[in-house]
Amino acid sequence: MTYEKTALEGALIVTPRVDRVDMTNADAFKEALLEAVGLASTVLVVDMSHLDYISSAGLRSLMIAHKAAKSDQKTLSLAALRPLTTEIFTISRFNLVFTLYGGVREALTALAPDSVAQFDGL
Amino acid sequence: MQIRFWGTRGSLPAPLGRQGVRRKLVNALVKAAGKGLDTPEKADRFCDEELTFAESSTFGGNTSCVQIDTGGSDYLLCDLGSGVREFSLSAVARHGPGQPQTYHVLLSHVHWDHIMGFPFFVPAFIPGNRICLYSCHPHLESAIRNQNHAPCFPVEFEALAAKIEFHHLEPGRAYDICGATVVGADQLHSNESFGYRIESGGKAVVYTTDSEHKPEDAESMRRVADFFRDADLVIFDAMYSLADSISMKEDWGHSSNVIGVELCQMAEAKSLCLFHHEPINSDEEIERILHETRRFEEITRSGAPLAVHAAFDGLVLEI
Repeated sequence: MTYEKTALEGALIVTPRVDRVDMTNADAFKEALLEAVGLASTVLVVDMSHLDYISSAGLRSLMIAHKAAKSDQKTLSLAALRPLTTEIFTISRFNLVFTLYGGVREALTALAPDSVAQFDGL
Repeated sequence: MQIRFWGTRGSLPAPLGRQGVRRKLVNALVKAAGKGLDTPEKADRFCDEELTFAESSTFGGNTSCVQIDTGGSDYLLCDLGSGVREFSLSAVARHGPGQPQTYHVLLSHVHWDHIMGFPFFVPAFIPGNRICLYSCHPHLESAIRNQNHAPCFPVEFEALAAKIEFHHLEPGRAYDICGATVVGADQLHSNESFGYRIESGGKAVVYTTDSEHKPEDAESMRRVADFFRDADLVIFDAMYSLADSISMKEDWGHSSNVIGVELCQMAEAKSLCLFHHEPINSDEEIERILHETRRFEEITRSGAPLAVHAAFDGLVLEI
């Protein structure tokens, strides 16, 4: 799975370049997320802006990455969800598992404020 | 084929209770203020047209019991939860004494909420009745016998007057039961559980409760979808949210509304009925889950629409 990584002071942003996560690519999505969890120092923000749809298999991948981050005392947060993806998070109650931020900058402001200036300069 | 739901809760009975009734009453009275509801007919119309289902009614509190009417004179039931008491009172009232009947019951498994109604199954006390209990579960007979046994219940199994038979079914094999073709399938649940596909008159209903599904296991999901293939109705264990079912309640043996929609879409089933409701969920919460499930089906639809229902004690569906 193609995904971009942007390393900032105190935060790692990961942007999966995929519009759909389902049974066919959920494993690759999980591996990408787990790799990012390993690379992040404390804060990992997943930029979900390319995602139109995520199935139960994809949500499970997020749950596994979330648990891995938690056990490493890191924070995995999600940002920039599209409206339909946000609905899926609400219906599945994944909105109670993750804090959903409107955008990546908003997530950084809340979780790694020292990285915001660097993010603005990108 | 007609499907009548007599018990729809999971795990244990969940009566509405005083506070729940009071909350509905107060809400309805406030909404009715100034509407001149001075006849039962006007009040009925107000309940139907201006209150939601959760405001005017309840999903009920009895545990699993579903009647499948295939048009014959015998009865066919799925599970013997507390809902079977209401069924049996209705059946006895319909036929009266001295008119022996035959009751066929498919049992998913023998966890208490699925057999707890049997000690109160009135037809079992009536001479001449025939009660045929079927399951793929290996411990059906011992569980039913032990339940009707001191010190748990005062009437011993041997004292029941009806003729009671136990039939073991093999998963994957087709059986002719009560005029329907029945096939069982193994399910993921502690102490074993089995779903049943029931076909009659060109219609198919799948009764699948107390079953967990692993979304990461594509082969297993496809196998389940094949069992549901083209079903007119899938009665599905939707006890938990997806988030709960794959985190803190993983391996607790139940599923979610989201997985139900995904499997039915894979199977190209025609309708889904959310079943085995979480007993702590209020009527309002179950109604919210129903609306959300319909929305989820809408935004994920790629083929023909899937009708979505939420089971309640007393619901009747025609397929």
